[in-house]
Amino acid sequence: MINTDIAIVGGGPAGLCAAISAAESGAKVTLIERDGELGGQLVKQTHMFFGSEKQYASTRGIDIIDILLEKLEKNKENVTIMKNTTVLGRYEDGVITAMEDENKYLKIKPEALVIGTGATEKFLGFPNNDLPGIYGAGAVQTLMNVYGVRPGDKVLMVGAGNIGLIVSYQLMQAGVKVEAIIDAAPKIGGYLVHASKIRRMGVPIYTSHTVKEAVGTDHLEKAIIWELDEKWQPIKGSEKEYDVDVMCVSVGLSPLNELLVMAGCEMQYVPELSGNVPLRNENYETTAENIFVAGDSCGVEEASSAMVEGYLAGLTAAAKISKIHPDYEKKKADYVKQLDDLRSGPVGKHIRAGIEKIVRR
Amino acid sequence: MLEKTGVPTKEQVINEFPDESRINEGPVVVIECYKEIPCNPCTTACKFNAIHIGEDINKRPEVTEEKCIGCGVCLSKCPGLAIMLVDGSKSEKYVHMTIPYEFYPLPEEGNMVEGLDRKGELLEKVKVLKVMNPKSYDRTPLIKLEVSRKYMYDFRNIRLEED
Amino acid sequence: MRIEEHPILKFKRGKKIKFKFEGRTLEGYEGETVAAALHANGIMVLGESLEKHRPRGFYCAIGNCSSCLMEVDGIPNVKTCVTKLEEGMEVNKQNGKGELK
Repeated sequence: MINTDIAIVGGGPAGLCAAISAAESGAKVTLIERDGELGGQLVKQTHMFFGSEKQYASTRGIDIIDILLEKLEKNKENVTIMKNTTVLGRYEDGVITAMEDENKYLKIKPEALVIGTGATEKFLGFPNNDLPGIYGAGAVQTLMNVYGVRPGDKVLMVGAGNIGLIVSYQLMQAGVKVEAIIDAAPKIGGYLVHASKIRRMGVPIYTSHTVKEAVGTDHLEKAIIWELDEKWQPIKGSEKEYDVDVMCVSVGLSPLNELLVMAGCEMQYVPELSGNVPLRNENYETTAENIFVAGDSCGVEEASSAMVEGYLAGLTAAAKISKIHPDYEKKKADYVKQLDDLRSGPVGKHIRAGIEKIVRR
Repeated sequence: MLEKTGVPTKEQVINEFPDESRINEGPVVVIECYKEIPCNPCTTACKFNAIHIGEDINKRPEVTEEKCIGCGVCLSKCPGLAIMLVDGSKSEKYVHMTIPYEFYPLPEEGNMVEGLDRKGELLEKVKVLKVMNPKSYDRTPLIKLEVSRKYMYDFRNIRLEED
Repeated sequence: MRIEEHPILKFKRGKKIKFKFEGRTLEGYEGETVAAALHANGIMVLGESLEKHRPRGFYCAIGNCSSCLMEVDGIPNVKTCVTKLEEGMEVNKQNGKGELK
C-alpha cells in the first residue's frame, strides 16, 4: 500500500497545477498520469493562449507545460510522479488501484484525492460515421502536432467551436487543405478572432449545416452535408458534396467522470458544462468527503480555467488535510478572482449558468 | 453577420481604423477584436501604454493613437492574430501594412505575393517589404507588405504563389 | 505523410526502426505510437467491426474509444493509439474479439 497525503489523477493542466499548489502547501503529492508524458491536452496546443498574464496568455500551450513542470520541480521533495500509470478505481475504503506499465498493480491510500481526468471527444450520428478517416479533432491534433504525421490531404471540419476553428488553422499550418468548416448551430460558437483567421485563408464556414452522410468503401472518400432550417431540420435539396479523405468531428467534449461516479460523488447532468458533472462546493470538493475535482472533468471549459481550478483545488485539498499554505486566504481569493474574470464576459455566460446548478454551500 | 460568417462588414472594419490623417503620419495599429473575450496580453505587450483594457479583461481593447509608434510587438503577442499595422506616410500610391504570418515557407523580401481580403479572395499582387522573425516574436513572424491605398480596408492576408 | 517543416514545431524523432504489418515490413520511429506509424505509412484501416466486418480506423487517438484495437506481437485488443512502436513489432488486424492466451 502506498500512503500519500494527496493523490492527483491526471497530469494535464488541472492536475499539474493542483500538484503545484498542494506541494507548495506542504502536502506529499502523488501525481498519477496514464500517458508517458505529462501535460494532457497541452502537448498539442501550438497556439497562443488567451486570458491574462496569470494564465500565461500569449504563451503557446506546448510551452506552458515547461513552465508548470519547472514549478513542480521546485517542490520535488514533496512530489512523486507516476507516468504510464492508469488509475483503475477508487473504493469505499478510500483506496485507489492503479496499473503501472500494463503489468504492475498498485494500491494507493491518499488522505485526499483530486480528480483531473479531463474530457473525451463526443461523436455525431450519421450514415457511415464509422469509416476510417473520420476522426475526432483532438485525434487529428495528436497525429499532426505530437507525431508530425499529416492526417490526410483534404479535410471537412465538423464543428465551429474553438477546437474546430483552432484545429482547422493548425491543419492549414501542417499543409493540409481544409475544404470547409460546418456547424449545425446558426452562429459560430468559437471566438470570432479564430474564425477570422481561418476565413482570411479562404476556408468557408457554413453555419446551420450538418453532415448528411459519409461515403467510401475502405475509408472516407466523400462527405455530403446539408442545411438546417430554424427548427434544426434538414432541408432536402440543399446537399453539398466534398471530396475529402478526413472528416474531423469537433462537436464537443464529455467529462471523463468514471472515478467520480465510482467514488459515490453526487452527479448531475448539466448541458452547459457538457455532461454529467459532480456537485461541489466553492472549494471544488465534491459531495464525497476529501474528493476534489478540477478541469474539464467537472465542466468542459478552457485550459486557462482548468489551470486556475487546479491551483485552487490543490490548495483547498491540502488545507482540508491540515496542510495549510501560509498565504492560503490571499491565494484562494486570487484564484477565485481569476476564474471570475475568465467567466464574467459574454463567452462565459453558459459556464456561469452551469456552475449555478452544481455549486452547493 | 460576423457571427455567422466570421467576416466583418466594411463598416465594422473602417470603424476599427484610425483616421486617415493619423495613418498618414506614421505606422499605427488596427485591432480587430470584435467580440468580448477574456484576453489582455496586448495591453501588457505595449511598452508605450497605447492599448487599454482595464480591470475587466473581457473588455475590448481601446487604442490611444497618439501613443502608438507602430513598433509591432503587440502583433506578435495577440493570441487571436487580430492586430495589424498600417502606415500611410511612406507613399501616395501605397500603404505599408504589417500582418502576422504563421506559415511555412515565409516569403522573401522583394518578392510579390498574393494579397487577400478577409474572405481569402485575391485583391492584387503585393510586394513583400520586410520579413521580421526575431526570437522574441516566438514563432509569430511579421510581414510588411506594400498594398495599393485603395485596398487599405480590404487587405488582410497573403498567399504565396504555388510553384 | 510525414510533416517535415512546420511553422511552429520542430519534430524530434527517435531512431528509425522497422516493424511488420500483416507480413509487410514498414518503417517508423521509436517512441511514436503504432497507430501513428501505420498512418504515416498510409494505413488507415486498422481492423474490422465485429459483426458486419466494416472497416475500422482510430477515432480519438488518445486511448478512450477503443476503435484502434489490433493484435500486437500475438496479444489481442491492444490500443494501438497509445502503444509505443518497438523494433521488430508484429502488428496485425484482429479477427473478431481476439483470443486471450
